[in-house]
Amino acid sequence: MERLEFLQKCILVIVGASVPVSALTLIDPKKVFAKNPDIQWAFLVDTNKCVGCGFCVKACKTENDVPFEANVSRTWVERYVYTKDDKRYVDSPKAALNGFPESRIDLGRGEYKEIDKTNVGKAFFVPKLCNHCSSPACTQVCPVGATYKTDDGVVLVDRTWCIGCGYCIMACPYAARFFHPITKVVDKCTFCYHRLSKGLDSACVNACPFKARRMGNIHDKNDPITKIIMNERVGVLKDEFGTKPQAFYIGLAQEVR
Amino acid sequence: MLGLVVDKSTNIVLFVYQNFTTVFISFVSVTILMWQEGGRVKSHVWRPLYVVIAFVAALLLFRFFYVPNDFGSGKRGFMYSYHRLSNEAEWKNQPAKYSTSGRERMHEYCSACHGDVVKVRTEKLHGIIPCENCHGPAFQHPEKPEKLTIDRSRGLCLRCHTNLPYATSERHRIPGVDPKTHNTGMECVKCHNPHNPSLEGMK
Repeated sequence: MERLEFLQKCILVIVGASVPVSALTLIDPKKVFAKNPDIQWAFLVDTNKCVGCGFCVKACKTENDVPFEANVSRTWVERYVYTKDDKRYVDSPKAALNGFPESRIDLGRGEYKEIDKTNVGKAFFVPKLCNHCSSPACTQVCPVGATYKTDDGVVLVDRTWCIGCGYCIMACPYAARFFHPITKVVDKCTFCYHRLSKGLDSACVNACPFKARRMGNIHDKNDPITKIIMNERVGVLKDEFGTKPQAFYIGLAQEVR
Repeated sequence: MLGLVVDKSTNIVLFVYQNFTTVFISFVSVTILMWQEGGRVKSHVWRPLYVVIAFVAALLLFRFFYVPNDFGSGKRGFMYSYHRLSNEAEWKNQPAKYSTSGRERMHEYCSACHGDVVKVRTEKLHGIIPCENCHGPAFQHPEKPEKLTIDRSRGLCLRCHTNLPYATSERHRIPGVDPKTHNTGMECVKCHNPHNPSLEGMK
């Protein structure tokens, strides 16, 4: 074999091996459309309306069998207190399962900080949950294909397939994932996928008396949530991570991350 | 059946493609080189290659039987949505516990049987709180559970009615008490009517 011929064959092999498999599979458009009803679930949080009652956390834990005693939760509420001498405090005692029944700030490790009434500059509450990102870091890193993004925009965990390596917990910039103390695998907010498919709102949206939490189909232009996201000033958390979060916040402050 | 076979083979191709592209290219190059050298190459040079090929084959065989048939990707592609497709249905079929969504619809739902109680609630005050927040989840209520467990605890009221000095928050619009001094240890419902919480409606 001539050297030229050998090189030509080598190049052919390399080019052939670098053709993506997806380019070789045939796509049936009908199949694709049948699989993708045009739904993309998005969440809208109005932080101005939240009073920190924690009914959402209670409802979520009840609906999704996350033990009350365990210090983990699929959703939680954070309290931000800014003092007049320019200090900032954030806490979320027991993920705000019982709301905020005390005015003192939970600093963790059993330490508390009582802030003088006259010293409080501004304070507000921010509900948090999984952002169900468009480009989720957590599903990218899963080594076994146990967590994934559904076609309608929800990030789920396959409990039977998860090996509990915790890589996704590390990858999530929002700390939305945790180990479930009973199932012993990773658990996270599912947007109450079982409720959405039954035509119900998620448990937290359902429980919120102040409509601080709402959910809608961002692909539907007439959806009231979509209208708000399109027309009003909303923000997302940690935009710089490039995960394209699908939980939108009205009234975000710089300190809320 | 054919679909299953096609799925399986796609899986294997995908797997080989991802993990072994480099190995594959070097194998082919080495093979071509050796073929070019003809009979001059001794058998002990080939032997490691056979071992590697056998190892890869064993790995693929194990994977063929171990991985469920319905692994695949959604429209978000392999990177974001490679998963066991039947898991979506498993999540969808989880039983719900809380009932109708939205406070308006909940009033409608509950007032079908408990109309007298629902009417008492004034829309201005506690009317915005969904019934299930205090009365407990009621998805299959008339059948299972027959009777709901009502949360009458002090803590439930204190979620909103603890006085917090946050003038800039919506919280300041809700009347609050200091739980340490306001009738400590007593259940709020002993004096206040939760369905009509105005002070005139006190028991």
